[in-house]
Amino acid sequence: MTEKMLTLRLPTPRNLGYSFNWIGRIGLTIIVLWALVAIFAPWLTPYPIGEIVDWDYFGPMSHQFWLGTDYLGRDMLSRILMSARYTVGISLASVTLACTTGVIFGMAAAVIGGWFDILLSRMLDAFNGIPSLLFGLVVVAAVGSSIPVLILTLAAIYLPGAYRFARALAVNVNTMDFVTVARARGERTSYLILHEIFPNIIGPVLADLGLRFVFIVLVLSGLSFLGLGVQPPNADWGALVRENIEGLSLSSPAVVFPSIAIASLTISVNMFIDNLPIKIRDRSE
Amino acid sequence: MTDIPLVSVRDLTIGATTDAGRRVQIIRGVSFDIAPGEIVALIGESGSGKTTIALSLMGHTRTGCEITGGHIRVGTSDITAMNEKARANLRGTAVSYVPQSAAAAFNPSQRLMQQVIEISAIHKLMSRSEAEKKAVGLFRALALPDPENIGNRYPHQVSGGQLQRLSAAMALIGDPQLVIFDEPTTALDVTTQIEVLRAFKSVMAKGGISGVYVSHDLAVVAQIADRLIVLKNGEIQEEGATQQILDAPAHPYTKELLAAFKPVTQVHAAFERDPKEQPVIEVDGLFAGYGLVMNGEPQIKILKNVSFKLERGRNLGVIGESGSGKSTLARAIAGIVPAYGGHILFDGKKQQLALADRSKEDLRIMQIVFQLADTALNPAHSIERILGRPLTFYHGMTGRAREARVIELLDMVRLPAALRHRLPGELSGGQKQRINLARALAAEPELILCDEITSALDSVVAAAILDLLKELQRELRLSYIFISHDLSTVQAICQDVLVMYKGEVVEALPAARMASDARHPYSRLLISSVPQLDTGWLSGLEQDPELLAAFSNR
Repeated sequence: MTEKMLTLRLPTPRNLGYSFNWIGRIGLTIIVLWALVAIFAPWLTPYPIGEIVDWDYFGPMSHQFWLGTDYLGRDMLSRILMSARYTVGISLASVTLACTTGVIFGMAAAVIGGWFDILLSRMLDAFNGIPSLLFGLVVVAAVGSSIPVLILTLAAIYLPGAYRFARALAVNVNTMDFVTVARARGERTSYLILHEIFPNIIGPVLADLGLRFVFIVLVLSGLSFLGLGVQPPNADWGALVRENIEGLSLSSPAVVFPSIAIASLTISVNMFIDNLPIKIRDRSE
Repeated sequence: MTDIPLVSVRDLTIGATTDAGRRVQIIRGVSFDIAPGEIVALIGESGSGKTTIALSLMGHTRTGCEITGGHIRVGTSDITAMNEKARANLRGTAVSYVPQSAAAAFNPSQRLMQQVIEISAIHKLMSRSEAEKKAVGLFRALALPDPENIGNRYPHQVSGGQLQRLSAAMALIGDPQLVIFDEPTTALDVTTQIEVLRAFKSVMAKGGISGVYVSHDLAVVAQIADRLIVLKNGEIQEEGATQQILDAPAHPYTKELLAAFKPVTQVHAAFERDPKEQPVIEVDGLFAGYGLVMNGEPQIKILKNVSFKLERGRNLGVIGESGSGKSTLARAIAGIVPAYGGHILFDGKKQQLALADRSKEDLRIMQIVFQLADTALNPAHSIERILGRPLTFYHGMTGRAREARVIELLDMVRLPAALRHRLPGELSGGQKQRINLARALAAEPELILCDEITSALDSVVAAAILDLLKELQRELRLSYIFISHDLSTVQAICQDVLVMYKGEVVEALPAARMASDARHPYSRLLISSVPQLDTGWLSGLEQDPELLAAFSNR
């Protein structure tokens, strides 16, 4: 008994009553690492981001340049570290915005139904019909490129999808008896949406968020490639891949490492979301 | 016994591991035999392990469970020693399975014939045309209408009872030695149940097939099984011939099961009422339906001119089979499906027909309790939150006062206070139904609409819920409208009964004299279809075939 008292209870998931598997833990670790990189990038980079530091372009990995140099002879490590800010920041902000509004509208449409549902659905369907990159092009060309504009544009592109998805899920939950009971009690729509429906669709919604995050990273890199995204000398990871794509034939590391960075972030986001900590419900009381 | 039994199960144990890594035993050392041609029923309440044992005869366990010890032999094959591939070979040919819900077991996008003969295709037993011929023979044996062509239909084009018989045909196509029936008639109406039971019985007797019949309904089991095995907590409580167990049950649990079947002779009003008092509810000429509303009337009309009156302290039973509009009546009274004609008077005061127009107070005094506690309780909310919400919503309670009241409510429905931290998924069916009821009580209503609240529960638990309802009625001066397709439960709690058929009230009867007073042919058919606790009831039952045909053309 005394031995048990003396052991220090660390706040591990299990001690807090959660089970959190290793795949989820690995995912979370990588996300946290990239977030830290994004925050502390200016102090971590060995060279300034825009400075040409090597006469040789597409240089190999060396002691001086850990991840080689890019097509202009700039240090790849510095560029990847600094770009993390744009990729992680812009993508996370826009995916959060798109999914939050989309899911709230979707649930409201399912619960309220009738004309509200029809109007909102048709409007967003029509909006969905515009090609995403084209829409981005037009908006950015009209208002000019800045980070808030990018975030809003990307969010607008992915909102209809999130709406559709959440609405489809919410329609199913809406027919359940517990929603009818709450309705018969006289609850308001906002209560029905937030307390009765949302907790029951959160799992698939998060999985959808993970997927959408990946798409947003890709569209952001597409916009950057067209010169409408993050402006040089800054770049996001997608832009780094695009600008160094010729290095592929020279077996240059400059194209490989941004790709690995994108893959590690998107895969770990999905790993984490699919394996969120689950509260342990097994009690023998 | 000189015969070698077809199935022998010895010291079977099945276990599972919980998410905290704790090992639990589900089946604890069960042994039994089944002789060739014999039908053995496994009975017991939910969670007693009857389905788990039945599935293990096919070598199948549900996800997370595994057979941890013992031996199962079917015919010449040792199920426990086989690998998964060999077991798969046995399924459908040596042992087959008829599930509880045939509707869920059929693929809605394939024709019935395709699905019935699937087993013969998987195991390459015979050619397609031979299989179809055999299937038609089975359809005929199972008394399905139009056996030549019914296979060309889709699952939604046949009735529930027909679908259940088709799933039996599916199980029998591979000539199995053993068929497992997993509560195949629980979801059916009493009138349909009779047809299905008859078909099962004759087909099994003709083929000399052994069967395992899983059920919690003693009266049904009495019609079909030769021998009963009574289970509780994964252990055999009692085993014996059907008649012997019905006549002289030895184990207390078996006695309890039988007691749940004792017909209640007379139900008195729970308390004396003031003769000057208004009826608690009065419904006059109610019309309701679903679908698009055109010219003030919905396209699908369900209720037609329903009128009744319920005095305070009395209970009204509404019976009828599925599709008769019983549930729609409850929903129309509660305003969930707004009625498009008629009046609802509560305590002499006229009520708005649509939910949205009623005041909070009007909503509070009338609460509805749904049939399936599984879907009526939000799976993401704790019990405390489920019970606490109406307290906050109607009575403005928060914090300590609310928690104390939640504990009080749990106590009212005879549940321990510790349960309030759990999620609905962690409770048993009976516990969930009690929570469902407690939520209605939290509003402090005067009238509770009970929509088939005991139908999904086994008989012992259902009897306990009915007792609870009666006690609560005395304490809290409640009135109930009790909707059910089960006449015995209605008789156990109600003084008056409405018989509904196709959205109309065909007859209003006093519950105590239902059998003698019923005049309408449909009421008489319904009353005669309720299974009796007597092994000879089904074979001795004679119903007017014309009457049956007239009311079963669904």
